[in-house]
Amino acid sequence: MSHLKNLTLKVWRQSGPKDAGRFETHEVAEISDEASFLELLDVLNEQLISENKEAVVFDHDCREGICGTCSLMINGVAHGPQRATTTCQLHMRSFKSNDTIVVEPWRSAAFPIIKDLMVDRSPLDRIIEAGGYITAVTGGAPDGNLIAVPKPVADAAMDSAQCIGCGACVAACPNGAASLFTGAKIAHLNRLPQGQPERYKRAEAMVETMDEHFGSCTNHGECSAACPKEISIDVIALMNKDYRASKFKSRKEISRG
Amino acid sequence: MTYTFDAKIPAGPLTEKWDNYKQNAKLVNPNNKRKFKIIVVGTGLAGASAAATLAELGYQVDAFTFHDSPRRAHSIAAQGGINAAKNYQGDGDSINRLFTDTIKGGDFRSREANVHRLAQVSVDIIDQMVAQGVPFAREYGGLLDNRSFGGAQVSRTFYARGQTGQQLLIGAYQQMARQVGLGGVRLFNRTELIDTVVVDGRCAGIVVRDLLTGEIQSHAAHAVVLATGGYGNVFFLSTNAMNCNVTAAWRAHRRGAMFANPCYTQIHPTCIPQADETQSKLTLMSESLRNDGRVWVPKSPTDNRPADQIPEAERDYYLERLYPSYGNLAPRDISSRAAKRLVDKGQGIGPLKNGVNLDFAAAIERLGLDVVKERYGNLFEMYERIAGEDPYKTPMRIYPATHYTMGGLWVDYELMTNIPGLYAAGEANFSDHGANRLGASALMQGLADGYFVLPSTISSGLAPLLGKSMPGIDHPAFKEAEKQAKDRFAGYLNTKGKRSPDWFHRELGKIIWDKCGMERTKEGLQEALTDLPALYNEFQTDLRVTGTGETTNQTLEKAGRVDDFFQLGMAMCQDALSREESCGAHFRSEYQTPEGEAQRDDEKFCHVAAFEWTGDPMNPKRNVEELVFENAHLATRSYK
Repeated sequence: MSHLKNLTLKVWRQSGPKDAGRFETHEVAEISDEASFLELLDVLNEQLISENKEAVVFDHDCREGICGTCSLMINGVAHGPQRATTTCQLHMRSFKSNDTIVVEPWRSAAFPIIKDLMVDRSPLDRIIEAGGYITAVTGGAPDGNLIAVPKPVADAAMDSAQCIGCGACVAACPNGAASLFTGAKIAHLNRLPQGQPERYKRAEAMVETMDEHFGSCTNHGECSAACPKEISIDVIALMNKDYRASKFKSRKEISRG
Repeated sequence: MTYTFDAKIPAGPLTEKWDNYKQNAKLVNPNNKRKFKIIVVGTGLAGASAAATLAELGYQVDAFTFHDSPRRAHSIAAQGGINAAKNYQGDGDSINRLFTDTIKGGDFRSREANVHRLAQVSVDIIDQMVAQGVPFAREYGGLLDNRSFGGAQVSRTFYARGQTGQQLLIGAYQQMARQVGLGGVRLFNRTELIDTVVVDGRCAGIVVRDLLTGEIQSHAAHAVVLATGGYGNVFFLSTNAMNCNVTAAWRAHRRGAMFANPCYTQIHPTCIPQADETQSKLTLMSESLRNDGRVWVPKSPTDNRPADQIPEAERDYYLERLYPSYGNLAPRDISSRAAKRLVDKGQGIGPLKNGVNLDFAAAIERLGLDVVKERYGNLFEMYERIAGEDPYKTPMRIYPATHYTMGGLWVDYELMTNIPGLYAAGEANFSDHGANRLGASALMQGLADGYFVLPSTISSGLAPLLGKSMPGIDHPAFKEAEKQAKDRFAGYLNTKGKRSPDWFHRELGKIIWDKCGMERTKEGLQEALTDLPALYNEFQTDLRVTGTGETTNQTLEKAGRVDDFFQLGMAMCQDALSREESCGAHFRSEYQTPEGEAQRDDEKFCHVAAFEWTGDPMNPKRNVEELVFENAHLATRSYK
């Protein structure tokens, strides 16, 4: 049966991008074990509204761990203490009664804070726009079974395609790098036969767009540890290999004239 | 005066209608396409695929999403798969069989021509998505794998583990992102539609609110596509994402677009039961689990033993007992009601006795743990995270929850609403699923509409506009709509009552779930139609929205959405009350067979009910589009 807990929340409040921001302390009483972390914030917000105060702003949507919208640093850990779990799937079972929980937004130079716990992650979209796709105009595709994909290849592509784009990897990285995110997309598309024609052009464009917005990777591995989908750091090696190769390939293609 | 609908069904035999349509459609030549601006609202499967394809064709596309990124749309949460009549398994599938299954699954309340087209283009969707790099499940030989799904006797469902919606959405998102990079699509994120603008009977554009600054802006276009999803969140507790709402469709409705079949809301049989009062949403466990899971309850309501201690003889595998030929794969509405009846009788399981068992013990024994893990691993993990129990050891506890809405904006064969220039795609329209949708068909319809239907039909509406001047955002109609929107949002802030929008939403949801949920009665609906206006009145006088309108304010966003849900809720109940029959997901207790199945009344209700806004949400006008069945044989559904 479910247990009820009393918790103290130290929540980051920041009225806008230019505000310095500060922590606010709130008590939430009798929250059930079955409640998710975001439901805890719902309860807090109802409390704040009843006190005529402004509710805490936070990004959230599907609440089933797949949309990648929720994005909280909980006690200094991206998505909180439970491994391979997004904030929305974290339940009160993971906390003890009378715990003090520190709740912050993603903190990274590439993700400016919009308000309270909400940040701007649009640089991730810019990376995809630069090359995170396979060019296949609607209408011209051959029959699906004409392209045989060995099962291990499809499975490996799927492993990295699972990325939900939440940005926890960036938030967890001491350098604010987005290599796990970018590597995951490159590993997804560059492993598949359909992805081969644009393989090197893709790696080059994505890596260079990434470098415009994010810090440099120094293989800390914090990204992979924070990833709710447990994407392996191997994807970064694959990205680097294809990026390096892209530089030679481009030269060759140019020299062929 | 009754409204006469022209669904623009093309001439010819059913199988040739779509080809005939395309052959006779007006086209816009490639150089002229760039002169047309198309607004696409919503970036889920339907919106993203439409935006990408229209931009590839050369139109100027402006895409709007209230999310921070287009990739967040709720299509992402679909787990099980996507249907297509490929017949890769050689098990007797065909376009015609998918058509028949969909018509029958929808309990003969959808349009034949639309459904047949859906079945036809289903095969192209798979080809397109494979080309996009969607990592569908494969056989060892490298060919595509399939599985079966509720309501079908063939294996025609393509899947990517339990994340098919995610992979398809990301595929469509990437295709759109490419167009954003190339300049074909202008993307407006964190921007919510709050009104549509109609000038001289034609849709001229939209009014949006910037969710970061509260600024209200107009955008004019030659055509507007609403791909804004369904309205399942009217129930408060549903499997929809928190931000799913009816506002875009409802605001278009208030400007004259007909809202069809609002009472057709689907209850999904396999969700995790509610655990407590603070619960904000319900989580769906993919229907694909029913392929290998067996559904049962203890025969005795007082049996409180753990599942593994209840002997076989004391278990009721009720779906296998009641529907031997479909068994655990009986369609969604039928499975849902069967669960509800047993739980109502006290045979439910779990701490609140509000669920039924979905048991994998037999599957693990038959297939081995590895195969079960391979097929459902991520779903099992997800279940364990939420419910705190290990489904490899204990059966899952499941119960039905609102999941999908078949009703939506009325559209013709071209997916155009009754307002010229305004289109609706995906779950936002009412077109293909009739009174009940089959599993793995939502992804199919969203992508069919966005990739293959709209790009072929929209030119017919645009071609005649070539060289004509269109109303710009300085037109008085835009100014008036902007002013109304500003006043509306200021009104929420200035009510200064005591209750939050969430409080009202929860109360609204309780009424709709109790009276207009899985089972409906005349009495209950009449009660709802008394309770709803009373609660709505309270909403208008006792709402409290803290903060201001000039910065991000999620409480204010929510207030606007709840307002529209109230009005929609009234239409739903009216529709459910006036449809004096049971069909598909609409089950009126008064109209059932002696075996407790839905009893249609084809004499009186073989039609679409499309509601027209009159200014009073309690008094909409009910219009009717008759449905004609020339190919599918009007028959009582039987899944026995």
